Amino acid sequence: MNRKNSLPEIENSGKINRRDFFGMAWKGLGILAALELLGMISAYIFSAKNKQSHVTKLIQDAGSVDSFAPGSVSAFMGGRFYLARLQNGGFIALSLRCTHLGCSISWEESKKRFICPCHSSAFDISGEVLNPPAARALSYYPIMIENGMVKVDVGTLKERNSFRKDQLVFAQ
Amino acid sequence: MQNILLHLHPSKVSERSLTFNRTFGLGGMAALLIVIQIITGILLRFYYIPSPAGAYSSVVFLKRQVLFGQFVRNIHYWSGVFLLMTAFLHFLRVFLTGAFREDRRINWLFGLSLLAVIVLSNFTGYLLPWDQLAYWAITVSTNIIGYFPFFGESLRMTIIGGKELNADTLQSFFTVHSALLPFMLLLIVVYHFWRVRKSGGIMLPAGQDKGEMLPVMPSLVYREFILALLLIAVLFLFAAVFNAPLLERANPVYSMNPTKAPWYFAGVQELLMHFHPFFAAFIIPLGVLAFLAWIPFISYDQKPSGHWFISEKGKRSAKATAVFAAGVTLAGIFFNAWVLNFEMIMPGIPAVISNGIIPLAILSLLMAVYYRLYLKRFRLSKAEKVQAAFVFIVVSFVILTLCGIFFRGKDMALMLPWNV
Repeated sequence: MNRKNSLPEIENSGKINRRDFFGMAWKGLGILAALELLGMISAYIFSAKNKQSHVTKLIQDAGSVDSFAPGSVSAFMGGRFYLARLQNGGFIALSLRCTHLGCSISWEESKKRFICPCHSSAFDISGEVLNPPAARALSYYPIMIENGMVKVDVGTLKERNSFRKDQLVFAQ
Repeated sequence: MQNILLHLHPSKVSERSLTFNRTFGLGGMAALLIVIQIITGILLRFYYIPSPAGAYSSVVFLKRQVLFGQFVRNIHYWSGVFLLMTAFLHFLRVFLTGAFREDRRINWLFGLSLLAVIVLSNFTGYLLPWDQLAYWAITVSTNIIGYFPFFGESLRMTIIGGKELNADTLQSFFTVHSALLPFMLLLIVVYHFWRVRKSGGIMLPAGQDKGEMLPVMPSLVYREFILALLLIAVLFLFAAVFNAPLLERANPVYSMNPTKAPWYFAGVQELLMHFHPFFAAFIIPLGVLAFLAWIPFISYDQKPSGHWFISEKGKRSAKATAVFAAGVTLAGIFFNAWVLNFEMIMPGIPAVISNGIIPLAILSLLMAVYYRLYLKRFRLSKAEKVQAAFVFIVVSFVILTLCGIFFRGKDMALMLPWNV
């Protein structure tokens, strides 16, 4: 701090004098206060973010099991998913979002594949990657089949690296 | 009024610092553009509604119903574009005249943070019209953040306040764009100018006498005034002739083809076409930023000369490096797009290696060969070597950006600009 006014013998002894001590104490308190303020501000900004958005469990009725032919893909744009029924009869509800950079994929019936318009990633009917740059298979939503009706839980998005048989849901 | 102007300036300036090609007036132009952004931004806020339901219609209302609405929006749009370009050119000028070393190094860091704030201002503003262009550009760019290792996905979700763009995203982008960033910008700009004065004005060539000291009024103030008028004229001309883009209202179900990041991130997006995201979105940009922040703190063997490109051989080596960088970048883009895709020929190997480490190693090898076989004979000083590295980075970045903006069309395939 103000070195001119401090006593020379104290200065030379290398000890902290009272003036320096208070100077450092003030600085320390200032830093502490700034950190607290920063913490409070980020808590203020981010604490309620996830509460505000809908974390509700939304179940969407897709239709009866029989209305989906094996090997077909039906779009549910309101729920933002494609309901795919594979040749073996298993159902999977695929998210609309390309796993590369989040664009909306679309189903090409002629080529039997999902295409992303942004960077031309391609996925097969089960959501498996056919063409990079996407590296992960399409995410999917859990399906329940009750009384012959297909229901999709669009509140729970499941991410995965690749397709596995147990991700399919079959009608009893 | 005259007093305020004089208060912002020193009372006298050296006649050498008035030479136009010393600075091209870039810093001053950037400051003026910031003021224009704040004024037009305030005007836009009288009509803008920051919600997914209201945003797009409020912009359409502004365009159709408000007198000069379209014009004010156009000025804000073009001024934002000009500001980013001016700030970038200013950054090049400061580096290439060596005005980033010794007592100016802290100001270099503040300059970099200003550049970052300006990029962020542009980025947060890009979303606000909530049209298809805005929605998908911000979707793609924020998804790039998701590729940062460990904290990427949570950082992405924190920034956009959910898994996808939503009302919270728009609200917080609007707040950051129209309150937080302008406030930061003003604070840092004032400090930035003050530090220049504290370093004794702008950088002048060493070893020459400073010339006559002239009173700042009229010598400098009149020059600034003329440049300001010219800039405003060009800006208004642009705003009168070219409309700011506005597509259909954002539709989360249908992506545009092609979906491009905002133009200043087109370089990063182009990099993403060639490298694994871990390298394209994280390692390479971070490395470049670290390099830029580090260069003033290298211990150089000579004092900064203050001449453009340091010296004659500095200039020649920079030119050669610019040609080399352009060649390597273009060759890399074409080679990767048409001849050989690393990920496809090595399907068994993780993409981080096949499409990250391997191409990066090839690139480093090319650079090493260029240095050993060609650049070495210049016998460059340390500062000139750093300058060559800087030139390489800048030229590659500019070429990647131009390629991403003008030469990527449907399905992000390479094509000529008039087919895009």
